[in-house]
Amino acid sequence: MAMTLTDDQNMLRDTARDFMASEAPVTHFRKFRDMGCKDGFSHGLWKQFAELGFTGILIPEADGGMGMGQIEAGIVLEEIGRNLSPSPFLTTAVAAVEALKLADKAMRDRWFPGILAGETVIGIAIEEGVKHRPEKIACVAERSGNGFKLTGQKQFVVQGASSDMLIVAARTAGAAGETDGLTLFAVDKDAAGLSMEAARLVDSAVAAHVNLDGVQVDADAVIGEVDGGWAVLSKMLDAGRVGAAAEMVGVGTGAMDMTFEYLKTRKQFDRVIGEFQALQHRAAHLYGEMEGARSIVLKAQSLMDEGHAKAELYVAAAKAKAGLACNLSVREGVQMHGGIGMTDEYDIGLYMKRDRSLNEFFGDAYYHADRVATMNGY
Amino acid sequence: MSDLETFRAEARTWLEENCPAEMRIPAKGDEDVCWGGRNFVFQSEAQKVWLERCVAKGYTVPDWPKAYGGAGLSPQETKILRQEMAKLGCRSPLNSFGIWMLGPALLKFGTEEQKVHYMGQIARGEIRWCQGYSEPGSGSDLVSMQTFGEDKGDHWVVNGQKIWTSYADKADWIFCLVRTDKANKYHGISFLLFDMETPGVSTKPIKLISGNSPFCETFFDNVVVPKDQVVGEINRGWDVAKYLLGHEREMISGMGGDGGVTSIGAAMKATLAEEPVLRAQMALFDVDNLTFRAHGERFMDEWKTGKAHPAYSNLMKYVGTELNKKRNELVMSIGGSQALEWESERTNGGSKARNWLRTKANSIEGGTSEVMLNVVSKRILEMPGG
Ligand SMILES: Cc1cc2nc3c(=O)[nH]c(=O)nc-3n(C[C@H](O)[C@H](O)[C@H](O)COP(=O)(O)OP(=O)(O)OC[C@H]3O[C@@H](n4cnc5c(N)ncnc54)[C@H](O)[C@@H]3O)c2cc1C
Ligand SMILES: Cc1cc2nc3c(=O)[nH]c(=O)nc-3n(C[C@H](O)[C@H](O)[C@H](O)COP(=O)(O)OP(=O)(O)OC[C@H]3O[C@@H](n4cnc5c(N)ncnc54)[C@H](O)[C@@H]3O)c2cc1C
Repeated sequence: MAMTLTDDQNMLRDTARDFMASEAPVTHFRKFRDMGCKDGFSHGLWKQFAELGFTGILIPEADGGMGMGQIEAGIVLEEIGRNLSPSPFLTTAVAAVEALKLADKAMRDRWFPGILAGETVIGIAIEEGVKHRPEKIACVAERSGNGFKLTGQKQFVVQGASSDMLIVAARTAGAAGETDGLTLFAVDKDAAGLSMEAARLVDSAVAAHVNLDGVQVDADAVIGEVDGGWAVLSKMLDAGRVGAAAEMVGVGTGAMDMTFEYLKTRKQFDRVIGEFQALQHRAAHLYGEMEGARSIVLKAQSLMDEGHAKAELYVAAAKAKAGLACNLSVREGVQMHGGIGMTDEYDIGLYMKRDRSLNEFFGDAYYHADRVATMNGY
Repeated sequence: MSDLETFRAEARTWLEENCPAEMRIPAKGDEDVCWGGRNFVFQSEAQKVWLERCVAKGYTVPDWPKAYGGAGLSPQETKILRQEMAKLGCRSPLNSFGIWMLGPALLKFGTEEQKVHYMGQIARGEIRWCQGYSEPGSGSDLVSMQTFGEDKGDHWVVNGQKIWTSYADKADWIFCLVRTDKANKYHGISFLLFDMETPGVSTKPIKLISGNSPFCETFFDNVVVPKDQVVGEINRGWDVAKYLLGHEREMISGMGGDGGVTSIGAAMKATLAEEPVLRAQMALFDVDNLTFRAHGERFMDEWKTGKAHPAYSNLMKYVGTELNKKRNELVMSIGGSQALEWESERTNGGSKARNWLRTKANSIEGGTSEVMLNVVSKRILEMPGG
């Protein structure tokens, strides 16, 4: 496959770019932040996403969606990142959809229509500690009645408290550290024994600490195979990772463009500061890092869409690289803005906060670099 | 099967049938590489056969037109051929500054006669070229160069000195920047071609920190160059020179092909397992390396569809050469005391240490990293200031 966007993909990008810039620019994000919105995003905007078909990008055509791939989802995510548009797109329309694609028809029929309509929000309940360790899942699902009883705790469940359903990874067999014996469940938000405590994050997103106190679910709540959840989980996580990477390309590029604009206008020592070579070289280096990140993210997306055996390696490398490059972009951004970069009123700091969350989401750059090493045989 | 799939199958069969087994193991060093030229001594029969077969097929320069010695392959076909060569581990049949630098410049600026004559010679590996750009007083600031060609009607008489001329002592011909108008800085340089055996040309090798001496000082003492040996217009050689530098930067960046994605870490597993900090550095390097390969692939795809910024190869040169230096630092660290050995047979004559030192030149030759960053910042990012 050529590493350039097709005409259709360019059209989608133009649509997404215009839409985010007009309907969900940084001022939109600020509005929801400043009102202390309990969800951290606008349900109206989520409906607009649906009207444009965004929420169904990854849903198969047979299920009423657009049947497109990670490249297309990434195009939307990049614009989300560039504008800091708050939405459940990454969790619901990307990660959850990839998991549900592997579910049976009844389950897909239950959840896809709501996602397609922009009415349903789904939380991803994987993490149990402060770092991303999916293989260490200890939350237990015991056989009980016609189904299972879930017991354990989850955290960093982004938009968890606003969700209609949580995808919960739990252990039906084996011990923490093993990839066999995991099972994924669709747990209704109203299930008895499920409680949540919402916590606002540094980037104003709201994530939940979830407590599962013997939550009873039917057998048909299982997504994929009992004990074989690792396959579904990996698919879901890789979609989430490459999606987060695409969003970081947007965040990093947004911060970079803003910074370069500032270098061309701010004057000190009777010159625009963009004339100083000390800043020019750092700007050019940053540009190279962001271009590299954009390239490996595109490569990872296209390998995933092809179902290529190396997709997992490239997704890990893409998440790591996008994280490192975006982080450099926001750090250089704040620094090169000088004092004004430290103010809440100026947008560059918002990009810095968003980068932090996205870097942590689905595993940070160190975690994924470590996986690259392992997959490369050392 | 699509046309490209058919081509892939055919290329694969051709390579399997024609590339000798000895040419499918990696070259050990510079002396294993086929550079061609009047005085080239083949290291093995296999090396000679491999070159001859590729010449006959146009595969020394697959993407050049057939009329100039190539195979006339499209960019997609060329990419596929390179991928198949990489899969089989085929060595490059012919390395040359003619292929990487002069050829593309001739294709754009040369006359039809020049293309047929010089490009054909390059494709067949008959003439080995060197590059006469840098002078003692003109490195990064190349346009300040002084080597002068005095106009004598149907020829120039060239006097001056070049420096850092790679393989000048082994090359047959030189492509050389010569000032032909002292009054005009940018529009006073001509791009001349001449034989290194012309009376008045002499070279003096310079030893590198790697212990090898691949480059020279090159002196011109009343060297006669006929006027038909100019590429492009007289006094407009700077345009040719810059265009050629774009290709040189692309070449030095180490992009292209599918080479280089394989991690060097696996072979060092035991050492890396005992040193977690070194392993971590290696892991981060692998992330950057996979990134660079994807970046190169994307750049090439954008380049051939005319979407890339014309100055983009400067960025690739910066990223690629800095990465290659980092790779060699890691190779040395992982190699430990054995990598320090300079002459032993065990280390193939100190190849790791010598390669490590050689790669330090990557971010200097063909334009330094700092100059690349200047160009990226001014031309791509459009930062202000002179
Ligand atoms: C939290 C905080 C507290 C502060 N408290 C005080 C205080 O109590 N009293 C007070 O008077 N001030 C205070 N300051 C202001 C501080 O001293 C200035 O922010 C600082 O001097 C930088 O100036 P600037 O913000 O105008 O940035 P600019 O000077 O506009 O710099 C913008 C960017 O350009 C770079 N730059 C500028 N010139 C050059 C050059 N020649 N070469 C290369 N790069 C260059 C800078 O390094 C920076 O990255 C405070 C700032 C902060 C953030
Ligand atoms: C192994 C090797 C092979 C070579 N082969 C050839 C060849 O075949 N033919 C040929 O013509 N030349 C060749 N060169 C020469 C090469 O192109 C020059 O070395 C290069 O252009 C740098 O010039 P210089 O060495 O004069 O360094 P200088 O230009 O003096 O640079 C010294 C330092 O100053 C920095 N610097 C210079 N200007 C700026 C600026 N504006 N802003 C910031 N920093 C700056 C540089 O980046 C560098 O770090 C070769 C060099 C090497 C090392």
